[in-house]
Amino acid sequence: MQRLGVFVCWCGSNIAATVDVDRVVAEAKVQPGVVFAQDYQYMCSEAGQNIIKDAIKQYGLNGIVVCSCSPRMHEATFRKAAEAAGLNPYMVEIANIREHCSWIHKDKEAGTEKACVLMRAAVAKVLLNTPLKAGESKVVKRALVIGGGIAGIQTALDIADAGFPVDIVEKNATIGGRMAQLDKTFPTLDCSSCILTPKMVEAKTNENIRLITYAEVEEVSGFVGSFKAKIRKKARFVKEDVCTGCGVCMSKCPSKKGLNEFNMGLNNRPAIYIPFAQAIPNVAVIDKTQCIKLNTGKCGLCEKVCTAGAIDYTQQDEFIEEEYGAIVMATGFRPIDASKFDEYSYSTCKDVVTSLELERIMNAAGPTGGVLLRPSDGKHPHSIVFVQCVGSRDVSGRGKPYCSKICCMYTAKHAMLIRDKYPDVEVHVFYIDVRTPGKNFDEFYRRAAEQYDVDYIKGQVGKVWEEDGHLVVRGVDLIANEQIVLNTDMVVLATAIEPDPTARKVANMLTASIDTNDFITEAHPKLRPVESPTAGIFLSGVCQGPKDIPETVSQAGAAASKVIGLLSKNKLTTNPCVAHSDELLCNGCSCCEKVCPYGAISYDTHLINDHGVKETRRVALVNEALCQGCGACTVVCPSGAMDLKGFSNKQIMAEVEAICL
Amino acid sequence: MNYSYYPGCTLKTKAQDLDFYGRESAAALGITLEELPEWQCCGAVYPIARDEIATKLSAIRALMAARDNGTPLVTLCSACHHVLTRVNGDMQRNADIRMKANNYLKPAVPYAGETRVIHYLQLLRDEIGFDNLKQAVKKPLKGRKIGAYYGCLLLRPSKEMQFDDPENPHIIEDFIKALGAEPVVYAMRNECCGGYVTLKSEAQAKENVDLIIKNARAHGAEELITACPLCMYNLRAHQDGSMPVRYITELLYEALGLREGGAADET
Repeated sequence: MQRLGVFVCWCGSNIAATVDVDRVVAEAKVQPGVVFAQDYQYMCSEAGQNIIKDAIKQYGLNGIVVCSCSPRMHEATFRKAAEAAGLNPYMVEIANIREHCSWIHKDKEAGTEKACVLMRAAVAKVLLNTPLKAGESKVVKRALVIGGGIAGIQTALDIADAGFPVDIVEKNATIGGRMAQLDKTFPTLDCSSCILTPKMVEAKTNENIRLITYAEVEEVSGFVGSFKAKIRKKARFVKEDVCTGCGVCMSKCPSKKGLNEFNMGLNNRPAIYIPFAQAIPNVAVIDKTQCIKLNTGKCGLCEKVCTAGAIDYTQQDEFIEEEYGAIVMATGFRPIDASKFDEYSYSTCKDVVTSLELERIMNAAGPTGGVLLRPSDGKHPHSIVFVQCVGSRDVSGRGKPYCSKICCMYTAKHAMLIRDKYPDVEVHVFYIDVRTPGKNFDEFYRRAAEQYDVDYIKGQVGKVWEEDGHLVVRGVDLIANEQIVLNTDMVVLATAIEPDPTARKVANMLTASIDTNDFITEAHPKLRPVESPTAGIFLSGVCQGPKDIPETVSQAGAAASKVIGLLSKNKLTTNPCVAHSDELLCNGCSCCEKVCPYGAISYDTHLINDHGVKETRRVALVNEALCQGCGACTVVCPSGAMDLKGFSNKQIMAEVEAICL
Repeated sequence: MNYSYYPGCTLKTKAQDLDFYGRESAAALGITLEELPEWQCCGAVYPIARDEIATKLSAIRALMAARDNGTPLVTLCSACHHVLTRVNGDMQRNADIRMKANNYLKPAVPYAGETRVIHYLQLLRDEIGFDNLKQAVKKPLKGRKIGAYYGCLLLRPSKEMQFDDPENPHIIEDFIKALGAEPVVYAMRNECCGGYVTLKSEAQAKENVDLIIKNARAHGAEELITACPLCMYNLRAHQDGSMPVRYITELLYEALGLREGGAADET
C-alpha cells in the first residue's frame, strides 16, 4: 500500500502568481495513494524542507512528489531532505510547475490546469518507483589539460601544486599560446613575455606536469573520474630528448620560405625551426611541407650540422594512451579572418594589418626588431588609423554578434605606446563605443585620449584604399555629423576573436556542449561558470567566452580548484538510474550495443531457464559502472527487454496516461 | 541552351549597344535568348515601401512569364537585374507581399518566386563557364589593361543579390581574364557612380566619377567596362573622354571575333 505526500511550492510569486496552489493541493489530496498534501512559500528553504521531513515521519510516507522548479535546480535538495527523514531518495519525484508551467504561461486558469496535470503525472510515476541504491566508481588521480596557452598553463600549475599529476596537450610545437605573441599587456604595460615565460619554465620543471607538445587528443572515452584518452604526438623529425635547442640547424636550413606563424606570417622561417627563442620545450621541429629532404630525399643539411645527432627523418607519429579523472578544455582563440571585411582592403593593401600583426611589429623579438615600420616599404609611418569592432558586434552574418571584449583595451594600449615612443606619429581611433570596464581600465583609456592625444573618433570606417603610396580612410564622424577622409600610412584592424577551430572537434569528442559561436557552454552561466554540463569536463580561458589575461588566469584557477575537488575524492557516487536487460525477453540482436555511446553493453551466452524450458542463449549484459543512464538502448530494443531503472517504460507510460486522461 | 530574356527599357533606347552585343555574343556561344513577349518596365528602382505592391507588379509579371516558359530569366541591365532579383526574393520570402500580389494578379498558377533570375555575367560564369568562354575567344584582347566597374546595383544588398563579395568582387575581373585581357583591380570599382543624383546635383556625381576614374587610372587601367546603363551615362558624362568606357558585352563581342574588320564604332 503506497502512502504518498505531495508538496506544492509557491516559489514566492514565481509559481503562485500563475498557478492556484490551493487548487493543486486540493486535487492532489484526492489522487490515489496520496495521504498528505500541503503548499508552502519556499519549499526549498530550511522550513520547507522540514515540512517534508516531518510529514514523511508523521504519516509514514513511502513516496513523495514536490511540485516546484526544474529537477535540475532542486531535485538533489529534496532527495537529500527525504533521505534525512529515512526515505529512499529515489522515491522522490519532481513536477516542474515553474519552468514548464508558470514561467511560460500568463493565464492563471490554464496554468493551474496544467500544474494539476503535471502533478498527476508525477504521482502516477512515483506509485511505480522502487528504492534504488547508488553505486561507486573510481577516480583516476590524473588530469588532462587540452591547450598550453596561459589558461592551460595556469590550470595545470594549480592542479600540480595540489599534488596531482597533470598532462598538458598542446597542438603547437611550444606552449605559450597567444600570450607569448603579445608585446605589452594592459593596463600596466608590463612585458608579456616577462610574466609568461617564467610560468612556461615552471610548467616544464614541475614534476607533476608532463608536457605533450606538437600533439592532439584524438579520442576520448569513459566518464567522470575515469576517462581514457588517445593522444597523437605528431612527428617532429627531431628527437625531443636529444635536441639542445642550439639553433644551428635553423641558420643552415636552405628552405626558408615557410611563413612564420609566430609572427603572424609577416616574415619567413626555415623548414626546421624553433617557434621563438623562449619556446618550451626549446626543441626544433621540421615543417614537413617545407623540408627539402622529406619531400625530395635530397639535402639532409640539418642532420649533418646537428652535433647532438637529434635529427631523425624517419620519425613517425606516436600514440599515447592515458587515463584521466578530469579533463580541462583550454583551447583558446584566434583572430577572425580580416579579408572577409574587404572594405578595409586587408587582402589587397600590405599596410593594412590586424592588431595581432601590429603586436608582432611592436615586439622587440618581432620581424622588425620592435621598430614601427610599414610592411609595404619598411618606412616609418607618420600617421596610423585604428579601426575598432572589425567583425565584432556584427549581426550582418559576416562577423560575430558578440563583443570581443579585449579590443578597446589593446587598441588604447597600441595607441598609447606608439604616441609615447614616436610622438611624431598621429594616431586616430574609430570606435562605436569604448568599453573599458575593469580595474584601472577606464583610467588607462582616458590616459591614451587625454595625456597622449590619441584622436578618438566616434564612427565607423566605410572604405580604405591606396593612393599615391599612402592609404586613404573614409569614415564618418558621428559627433560632428560629417564624412571624413584621412590620409594615413597604416591602418590597424581590431579584429574580433573567435574560438580556436579545434574547439568544436574537442568539444564533440568530450560531448561538451557548444553555443552557436562555438564557445563552450557552462553548466550554469552564473553559478557554475567553469564546468561543462558534461560531468568531469572543465573550462578555462577564452574557449568559454572572450576574456583578457587577468580574467583568464582567475578562471584557470577556478577550473583547477574544481578539478582538485574532484580528484581529492577516492570514489564517486554513480547514478543508479542505469539500464538493465530482462534476459527472458532479450533476443540477442545487438541493437542496444550499437547505439550505446559509453560501450556499456556486452553479450554473454549462457543457459537460461525460460519458464521451465532450458536453453543456451546470447543475451545483452549492462556494465552498470559504465552505463550513464541515457536510455538510448531502451528506445531501440525491439523486444522490450531493455529498461531503465527509475525511468522504466511502465513508469513513463503511467505518466503519459495521467497526462492524457 | 534556352533562356528567357528581359532587356528592359534602357536597352531599347539609350543602351542599345549593351543589348545588341549581348544578343549577338550569346548566339555565337550557342545560347538562345528568348525575349519575353509584352514585357513592361521593371520599375527601374526597387520599391522599399513595405505596404505597397503596385510598383512591384510589372516585375512580377516578367518573373511569372519566365516561370511559364520554364526557363531561367536572363537580364543584362544592372538596374533591371537588381529590381527583378529583389522582387523575386520578396515573392519567395515575404508571405504578405506574395498573398497581395497573387490576389491582385490572379494568375492561373499562383507565383511564389520559382523563377531563377540570372545576370548575363552569371550566365557566362555558371552556365557556360569562364574556361569554356576562354576556348571560344577568337581574338584575345592581349595587352589591354581593363578596369571592371561594378557600381552598386549588382552587388548590394549582398545577401539578396548573392552576386559576389560586395567589398572585393572578382567576377568581372575573371571575365576580363577569360577574354585574354589584363584586369586592373582598383579600390573604387564598387563605389557609387552618383546614380540618379546626377539629376539633382551634377557636381556630386562628378565628384564620384572623378574619384573612380582617378583611382582606376592610378592602378593602370586604360579603359573601363560596366554592365549598367546609368553607370555608363555618369562615367561618360562627367569626364573629359580620356578614359574610354564600354559595356561588358561589347568587349565580349570583340573577343569572340564578331566585329568585322575591327572597326570600333561607338554609339
